[in-house]
Amino acid sequence: MARIDVNHIRHSYLPNPQKDADFALREVHHTFEDGGAYALLGPSGCGKTTLLNIISGLLHPSHGQLLFNGRDVTGLSTQERNIAQVFQFPVIYDTMTVYDNLAFPLRNRGVPEADVDRKVRETLEMIDLASWAKKKARGLTADQKQKISLGRGLVRSDVNAILFDEPLTVIDPHMKWVLRSQLKQLHRRFGYTMVYVTHDQTEALTFADQVVVMYDGGIVQIGTPAELFERPRHTFVGYFIGSPGMNVMPVAIDGKTATLGSQRIELPGAPKAAGGAVELGIRPEYVRLGRDGMAVSISKVEDLGRHKVVRAKLEGRDIAAVIGEDETVPAEPKMRFDPAGINIYADSWRVEMGA
Amino acid sequence: MDKTWNNKAWFLVLPVLVLVAFTAVIPLMTVVNYSVQDTFGNNVFTWAGTEWFEELLSSSRFWEAMVRNLIFSFIILAIEVPLGIFIALNMPKKGWGVPMCLVLMSLPLLIPWNVVGTIWQVFGRNDIGLLGYYLNAIGIDYNYVQDPFDAWVTIIVMDVWHWTSLVVLLCYAGLVSIPDAFYQAAKIDGASRWAVFRYIQLPKMQRVLLIAVLLRFMDSFMIYTEPFVVTGGGPGNSTTFLSIDLVKTALGQFDLGPAAAMSLVYFLIILLLSWVFYTVMTNYDAER
Ligand SMILES: Nc1ncnc2c1ncn2[C@@H]1O[C@H](COP(=O)(O)OP(=O)(O)OP(=O)(O)O)[C@@H](O)[C@H]1O
Ligand SMILES: [Mg+2]
Repeated sequence: MARIDVNHIRHSYLPNPQKDADFALREVHHTFEDGGAYALLGPSGCGKTTLLNIISGLLHPSHGQLLFNGRDVTGLSTQERNIAQVFQFPVIYDTMTVYDNLAFPLRNRGVPEADVDRKVRETLEMIDLASWAKKKARGLTADQKQKISLGRGLVRSDVNAILFDEPLTVIDPHMKWVLRSQLKQLHRRFGYTMVYVTHDQTEALTFADQVVVMYDGGIVQIGTPAELFERPRHTFVGYFIGSPGMNVMPVAIDGKTATLGSQRIELPGAPKAAGGAVELGIRPEYVRLGRDGMAVSISKVEDLGRHKVVRAKLEGRDIAAVIGEDETVPAEPKMRFDPAGINIYADSWRVEMGA
Repeated sequence: MDKTWNNKAWFLVLPVLVLVAFTAVIPLMTVVNYSVQDTFGNNVFTWAGTEWFEELLSSSRFWEAMVRNLIFSFIILAIEVPLGIFIALNMPKKGWGVPMCLVLMSLPLLIPWNVVGTIWQVFGRNDIGLLGYYLNAIGIDYNYVQDPFDAWVTIIVMDVWHWTSLVVLLCYAGLVSIPDAFYQAAKIDGASRWAVFRYIQLPKMQRVLLIAVLLRFMDSFMIYTEPFVVTGGGPGNSTTFLSIDLVKTALGQFDLGPAAAMSLVYFLIILLLSWVFYTVMTNYDAER
């Protein structure tokens, strides 16, 4: 178990990267604390797998430094780093039995056979394949294979960290839920440093203490699920987290008021130095519909069971609002923004507001 | 599986059956016919029964050719398969080296057999051959015309040169189909180079290897052209393999009866071995 410092790491798959766009990882600078459970969340192609492979040593970064517990491991091989990693697609050793597949990483490291047996049996229980131990791995279904992959990552007890690269993609929803809670349990029991890649926000929010949101080769925000929800640092985080995502609209700022077309919106404070393209962001959960406020026209109401999503038009822009299941949309609806949920962005990055 | 039987399908295979009958079955029956008769020319045949078969199976000449042939097949398999795997493992997997290696590997396979024989026949000659001349020049007494051992070395090296590429290409096809993730997982699992070979690469190559072994075995068991061109079966009978022996008997001495008996026995041996291979392979598949 280790604290992992990712120091100004940049990586390009090209031999001679020139501009920023040549880098798959533009720059990542972050510390994964010892024993932390992190989710790495981001859209396809944003560099999640690349970052994991750099941590595990499958890739060597073009620039930057990697520290485990303060020790520089940038030049070390995968084996010397002692990391477990579970891949996006199942990898199994066809010719071996299920048991031998799980024993493989231990035997390669010369673990005594008695310990191997104990660990393998434990892991088999956990991934619910105990009755398959003697079977050849090649005949298994895709989700069983993925469980073996997962099991090989969990069977070693002395690893510096366990990295999961979307490990549950091919597993059915119920089993997904079971395995995820087992991972959490395991984390609590042994205190591994875990990094869990996903592009499913529910998965990220339920698994992790800290969610790292990546976008276009960089980290845009790190925080608890609540922080990501309340104070998205970047408009991308606003869109990406939450369903539906945050409403973002261009506004003009004057002191403590924002102007959107002919509408004036009161802000909780005066934004500090809001230059460049200024936008106002508000989550649908903080948009109120009632009898006073700004006039809107309703385009659609979606009933999702526990709440309703109202799609409306304000000053010609689409806006989503969430209302309670038993609330109804008034006849001549007016819209208000709850000041507590308003964030101001300059060039897509959040700016603080003064008193 | 529930498939409806449709007898009309037989009409579709009929042309092929007729063709095979004319090209294979009828000539084969002629051979069977010859094998139980004796002839003194002039198209006069007399019944000989199983005489030729008995004579053949008790002739030391036949068994010696057979043993030579088995040894030859065994040696070239023992060299070509490991060498082919080794070369395939070391071929580049991407970049400009790939097409270059593939073309280089295919070259020997594109050369007709008798040309391969001629190339090595000249190459190994003491007076004008590049190989023969220089081997002798550096003090190695090499003469494939007179020394049985040198003759064997020459045809084995020739066969290895000619056919290892086939094994290489088949193995390479198996290797490039392995996704990168397997190698990455092996690194994470701390697998040694040997374990990667044993548990990832070899299983992927297993099926193509079986085909390679089958092809090379059958082919080397029927080898004729190349040793015939290089050594003519000599010195003495030291490189006379079954098919060379057969041709010597049939065309050299015009002993049609014994030659026919020999062809049949030879044919049955190949049939038997093919069947053994086929069974092994299908059993192996069924196990999966
Ligand atoms: N082996 C490679 N060679 C060249 N470019 C690559 C390679 N692997 C990834 N890339 C590029 O690097 C960028 C980041 O890829 P990466 O696989 O890290 O994304 P990801 O966040 O894991 O995406 P996904 O969610 O689809 O798995 C992508 O633009 C991708 O095209
Ligand atoms: Mg990925």
